[in-house]
Amino acid sequence: MNSIIPLIKNETVKMVRKKRFYVILLVLLVLVPMFTYAQMKISQRNQEKFGSDWRRSVQQAITDNQNSLGSARIPEEWKKFRQVYIQQMKYYLDHDVNPQQPGAVTFTREFMDNASSLFIPLLIMGIGSDIVSSERTAGTVKMLLTKPVRRWKVLLSKLITLIMFVSLTVVSTFVICYGISGLVFGYQGFDMPVFAGFQLQGSNVDLSAVHALPQWLYLFMQMGLIWFVGVVVALLAFMISVLVRSTAASIVIMMAALIAGSILTNMASAWTSAKYLFMVNLELTHYLSGTPAPIEGMTLGFSLAVLAIWGIASLVVSFTVFTKQDILN
Amino acid sequence: MQHTSISEQRDSSGKTVLQVKHLKKKIGKKWIIHDVTFDVREGEIFGFLGPNGAGKTTTIRMLVDLIKPTEGTIEICGFNVHKDPERAMGYIGSIVENPEVYSYLTGWENLEQFARMLQGVDDERIMEVVEMVRLEQRIHDKVRTYSLGMRQRLGIAQALLGRPKLLILDEPTNGLDPKGIKEMRDFIRRLAADGMALFVSSHLLSEIQLLCDRVAIISHGQVLAVGKVDELIQNNSNYVVWEAHPRESAVDFFANKRIKVIDDPEQILDDSVMAGISPEAIVTQMEGGQMAEFVALFTEQGVQVQSVYKINPTLEQLFLELTEGESIE
Repeated sequence: MNSIIPLIKNETVKMVRKKRFYVILLVLLVLVPMFTYAQMKISQRNQEKFGSDWRRSVQQAITDNQNSLGSARIPEEWKKFRQVYIQQMKYYLDHDVNPQQPGAVTFTREFMDNASSLFIPLLIMGIGSDIVSSERTAGTVKMLLTKPVRRWKVLLSKLITLIMFVSLTVVSTFVICYGISGLVFGYQGFDMPVFAGFQLQGSNVDLSAVHALPQWLYLFMQMGLIWFVGVVVALLAFMISVLVRSTAASIVIMMAALIAGSILTNMASAWTSAKYLFMVNLELTHYLSGTPAPIEGMTLGFSLAVLAIWGIASLVVSFTVFTKQDILN
Repeated sequence: MQHTSISEQRDSSGKTVLQVKHLKKKIGKKWIIHDVTFDVREGEIFGFLGPNGAGKTTTIRMLVDLIKPTEGTIEICGFNVHKDPERAMGYIGSIVENPEVYSYLTGWENLEQFARMLQGVDDERIMEVVEMVRLEQRIHDKVRTYSLGMRQRLGIAQALLGRPKLLILDEPTNGLDPKGIKEMRDFIRRLAADGMALFVSSHLLSEIQLLCDRVAIISHGQVLAVGKVDELIQNNSNYVVWEAHPRESAVDFFANKRIKVIDDPEQILDDSVMAGISPEAIVTQMEGGQMAEFVALFTEQGVQVQSVYKINPTLEQLFLELTEGESIE
């Protein structure tokens, strides 16, 4: 047995026939129309309130946020977010670009931005958590490992298949978002400029590095980052799947870690060493849009490095354990 | 028994297919397998007999590279299972415990999965093994809908795909109905007649007696005896059950001739054997050859003999004799 291609084919057949991927598509097909509808309602309301002038709507958003800065009830961290937001909106106003110009591309960009830290990792977890543990639960791992194929090859074929499906998940999210929201907002917006490169300097925003990107390029970069997050989450889920025999347990562990991450990002700014946890580094797309990082000192490079280290460590653990472990039941 | 004569015709000095030397396994701090040594030759049916928990399955898992031995070696056709699994495992087909297959695939798709892990197995070969196990009718149905017997046959088909020289079956008749058990035995004999070596584990002496040429008896992780099945049984005492009238006179005759009468046969006989014996029956311990002598004596003395038959010792009894009184529990 020299080639790994037939093994990858096996894994792909299993993945498709287990219908896990269909579940992901189904979830997207149900949720995206809901978000599209919500977004449509918002634009309708803005339309009623401000007429066709988007400048008034942006101006209103700036005023609202500015007013809230004076309130003592709002935590300092939140004020920072709002300040950045105000400055970004002003920048858009100054350059006469509508940041909320409706269109399928804008909707997709915003959806992806919000989906990167929890929604897409959860979908990926759904396919990654049971890729090894399901074979242990069902006992079929005995059939796999008593064939004349090295264990690392069996595991590698599973890993490659998983990464293929991660990529497919990211692409499907884009396609479904664009396809469905386009029905409502129209399919335009690829050339619309988006500003990137806002840098936070204390409580001020440094605008010197800000530059306009066409939205298609922005979206492309965003998908690249989401793909990277997806792969790292998949590697972690893969490791848990090797370590834990029960699929249910491995899903619970991964889910707890991801949700803990989204809670921590909201409250961890005081606990700075939390920035080495993978869960708080999942919002890579926020570096692109210029949203301040949850913890002081986090940059895109830092987060990429932290995620890469977590990913590599899980790979090492997965392969070491899987090739050495005794299959006792 | 017919197969006994067949086994004697077979050359017992056939080529060694499986050689196990001083196999030991420690799990945690406990030695599960102390010392297991035996070999299996071409064309023979080798029984692996022991009570549940004796270490049968652990040993089998070591044979098929699911568990690494702590000490000792296993060679299959000259290749060390743990150093060269790719080559060694090419000669083995196995079912460890239950035949676990992917229930969401059809029988055919399952076989395709395993065929892709083997060298030179094409659709024609898959069809061949499907016909061997007589599963043609249902092979394109989902395995979920199969009965246990059908799954067992699919498991065997899977094990036969790679044209193995050695087939390892762990308790192959477990859970089958009497018809299924008989079919399974016939099937195993046919495979052996074609020159394949078979390694069959069981906790039932009767099963091994009916099927195997040679046997290794294992208890507490240690091989107590290896040898021809018939010799092992003959060397140990046999029981003869008498139903005679009047009972008392028969008992007196036995006492005079110093034949041991077992007072409480439930202690040493299987429940299944006991069920067929009337409470009036006298269980004696004697050589089979002495039966005729006593029948003649009883007829002469006017004792009516209603039935006489030999029963073989149970596994437990055999153990008691092999270990000289040490209980198997």
